[in-house]
Amino acid sequence: MITETQVARFPELALDSGETLREVQVAYEGYGTLNEKKSNAILILHAFTGDAHAGGVDHDGKPGWWANMIGPGKAFDTDHYYVLCANVLGGCRGTTGPSSPDPATGKPYGMNFPVITIGDMVRLQHMLVESLGIRRLLAVVGGSMGGMQALEWAVSFPDAVFSSIPIAATARHSAQQIAFDEVGRQAILADPDFNGGDFYDGKAPARGLAVARMVGHITYMSDESMREKFGRRLRGREEFSFGFDVDFEVESYLRYRGSQFVGRFDANSYLYITKAMDYFDLTAGHPSLAASLERAHCKFLVISFTSDWLYPSYQSLEIVNALRSRNHDVTYCELTSNYGHDAFLVDVGEQTGILRGFLARCLREAEAAK
Amino acid sequence: MKVREVLGRSDYALISELIPQGSRVLDLGCGDGALLAFLQEHKGVQGRGIEIRPELVQAAVTRGVSVYQGDVESSLSEYPDAAFDCVILSQTVQETRRPLQVLTQMLRIGRHAIIAFPNFGHWRVRFSHLVSGRAPRTPLFPHAWHDSPNIHFLTVLDFEELVRAQGWGIERRFFLSGHKRVETLANLRAEIAVYMLRNH
Repeated sequence: MITETQVARFPELALDSGETLREVQVAYEGYGTLNEKKSNAILILHAFTGDAHAGGVDHDGKPGWWANMIGPGKAFDTDHYYVLCANVLGGCRGTTGPSSPDPATGKPYGMNFPVITIGDMVRLQHMLVESLGIRRLLAVVGGSMGGMQALEWAVSFPDAVFSSIPIAATARHSAQQIAFDEVGRQAILADPDFNGGDFYDGKAPARGLAVARMVGHITYMSDESMREKFGRRLRGREEFSFGFDVDFEVESYLRYRGSQFVGRFDANSYLYITKAMDYFDLTAGHPSLAASLERAHCKFLVISFTSDWLYPSYQSLEIVNALRSRNHDVTYCELTSNYGHDAFLVDVGEQTGILRGFLARCLREAEAAK
Repeated sequence: MKVREVLGRSDYALISELIPQGSRVLDLGCGDGALLAFLQEHKGVQGRGIEIRPELVQAAVTRGVSVYQGDVESSLSEYPDAAFDCVILSQTVQETRRPLQVLTQMLRIGRHAIIAFPNFGHWRVRFSHLVSGRAPRTPLFPHAWHDSPNIHFLTVLDFEELVRAQGWGIERRFFLSGHKRVETLANLRAEIAVYMLRNH
């Protein structure tokens, strides 16, 4: 399945901050076939540094970030469903973000880009979905920040979703999650090449961005998966260097991940998107999480992973229990995995059966309800 | 020993008989969701389940049943009053740590409660205990005392006494020996008792 990224354009987008963004574009990919009634569409919502290329392989042979989940016979079965994924607002992979040209000046926005929220991202996705003639999505689904968007969809556009599937997600960031994001941001801001966000004509703040990514990677793994993958093994040497070159395998891995990330991600997008995650709070303006979920009337499937300490199961259970207290139709599974937060991307075996069963039920019930 | 394992699919027919078409059903300890899937298909119920073992939760969700992965005893308090038409406990009242709390919660969140349990008053149990002088072991209670999941042994008489004391109403009851109905001397002859209760 060779995939093509497409672009949709909209004249403007009103933001939660009160500002309006002009000439907004969205990069997206679609897999499978939208049926005549346009009732079999699933919107995949990517995590922090993901992009629209979720499934198949692109022209360079690069597989999508969830290619193991999208395709014939897979969790999101393209024989039955039309699967859609769009790069988020504020991103740097085709959708308008801080590295996009500001129509007022013709130069990249940089730090002049307005602060955005998860709600803004979802509003833009809704515009895209409507422009494709889809009135109701069979499911909105995503892991991590994608799961926050799935929750936001359920309350912001309750009539436009039949089911919402937040995976390894939360209704609001904890102090610990905000803290890790802040370390990443400070690493970028402290890089002299950052230059107030105006670095597009010169050197990007590569060292800061790489350090931010290294911290991020640690939080995506688990103690156990790191012990298995690296242990205390040395990298290409028998003895310690007694210096500050790479000694350990894990150091080499993190440096590699950091430097690789710099080539594909924008430092300003890092700042804006982490801030959007930290601001996200489904309960804002409501006395409780249960009260905030009153607006939702879709079915829910909530999945968490035993070794995920960045988005621990208790955060998923908060959502599930709030829904149960409203007698809402919610399915909850805590899957056993050693992979930490990364499990939703790599541990797809058990997720596949669960998602296939849940989606088949949704399709059946959505058809019966008509 | 699970009631369902003893009865095979015949308790589906029995429970199915008790459950009105299209009702909202919660199955406690729903296992792989077989009963709920059966009720969804044959009675058009809106089914939900609670199950703690992850592999069974996954099997149930895979077959299209809505399940909450959690412990039955600690998770009933989340549901609002009268959330369900029927709450089913078809396997495990004798395995719960606080049966009265579980039954009280069932009748708070459900308009009706269906409870099935193995009858410890069955003659074979009494006989085993009398003759062997040890904890009874029968086809229905096959476990050694130290690895039995059953922590509260109850009889038909015990259960009805509790129901009376709590002021609950018995709407229907069935007694079974093997797959046959028992009509007389239930506390002596029934292996399995099935009750449908209401709260008042």
